[in-house]
Amino acid sequence: MLTNIISISLGAILINNFIFSQFLGCCPFLGCSSKVETATGMGLAVVFVMGLASAICWVINEYLLVALHLEFLQTLAFILVIAALVQFVEMFLKKSVPSLYSALGIYLPLITTNCAVLGVVLLNVQNNYNFLESLVYGITGGLGFMLAIVLFASVRERIEFSDYPECFEGFPICLVSAALLALAFMGFSGMKIF
Amino acid sequence: MNIKKQFKEGLITNNPVLVQLIGMCATMAITTTLFNGVGMGLSVLIILTCCNVVVSAIRKIIPNEIRLAIFVVIIAGFVTIVDLLLKAYIPALSDALGVFIPLIVVNCIIIGRAEAFCQKNTVGASFFDGIFQGLGYTLVLIVMCVFRELVGSGRFGGGLIDLAKGITMDGTGAGIQIFPETYGASIMTLPFGGFLTLGLLIAVMQYALKKSAKKQELKAQEEKEVEE
Repeated sequence: MLTNIISISLGAILINNFIFSQFLGCCPFLGCSSKVETATGMGLAVVFVMGLASAICWVINEYLLVALHLEFLQTLAFILVIAALVQFVEMFLKKSVPSLYSALGIYLPLITTNCAVLGVVLLNVQNNYNFLESLVYGITGGLGFMLAIVLFASVRERIEFSDYPECFEGFPICLVSAALLALAFMGFSGMKIF
Repeated sequence: MNIKKQFKEGLITNNPVLVQLIGMCATMAITTTLFNGVGMGLSVLIILTCCNVVVSAIRKIIPNEIRLAIFVVIIAGFVTIVDLLLKAYIPALSDALGVFIPLIVVNCIIIGRAEAFCQKNTVGASFFDGIFQGLGYTLVLIVMCVFRELVGSGRFGGGLIDLAKGITMDGTGAGIQIFPETYGASIMTLPFGGFLTLGLLIAVMQYALKKSAKKQELKAQEEKEVEE
């Protein structure tokens, strides 16, 4: 059991990193990574929502959809749960932790359309994870996302001062540097745990 | 309604991936063989067209406050239909694309078009917008697939050509071997290649758009001088 959990977490953070090997959540990864602080905030919010969404969607899938043989509604049910969850988290933070709420700003509602969140929920179902495994996969997947986006933001802060061809301005140079980071993360792919 | 203009916008000047810079996750993830690229592109085209038509048809009765939730439900409905159809009739494609078919729900292209275009335009215009934007997306996927497949493994059209000839139906066919596989840079079929190829493609696009803008500027200037 414990080895299973450890292998899931290491896999989600390093070996099968959500950004660099599964391409889940690339839009916020490229959109919210111009500064390290916003990247950290976004990463934290994603960890939180991914963990919560994994847990809630597992319960809904197991006791509602599978029990009533409504598996074909999975996509629809999950996206509604995630949208409602993000809205709820937003309201909760606004009331009780206003400082974090204002720090996250527009990024909070945008998490609904982050494909890493829906992706992790669908992958949980696909991999037949139990409740604990789903929860761990959600949280560590979010941590992997956070690691990637913070690393990338610090790279991007340096790109601003460097000299590159004019036509690479904006997104292309970011994508090329993301490619180099993906190359670095490829080093983990040979690793096998237990 | 200006179909010709919409066509040009969807494919080139307002291409969803290269110019609007949306919907990139799937673009980078699945462009490893032509079979995947064409399958994904056509799935998005169908879903986008259906959603565009439905959203523009009911645009006047949607309350503004909950429009995003309604869009998401409509999109999720069509995605589920396509997902189930693919599972039933082309299981190989469904296996190859995996989680990225249900993830079309959160693909920004579809919700973006619903929000930016269909809310303000007629059903007909939205229908053609869906087709042309979908074609623009498919075109990008095809270009990326051909490039990555060729550089990565020296092949062209893996799966798709065999499918057309009716040899294999599972999308694993080798396609046409253009140079021996051992000389290929297999790293291009890995995530690294996805980021790099898209980066280069957008750079080429920016270069071309800037050049044509400059040309038009020069032309306008010359005309001005002639007039004077």
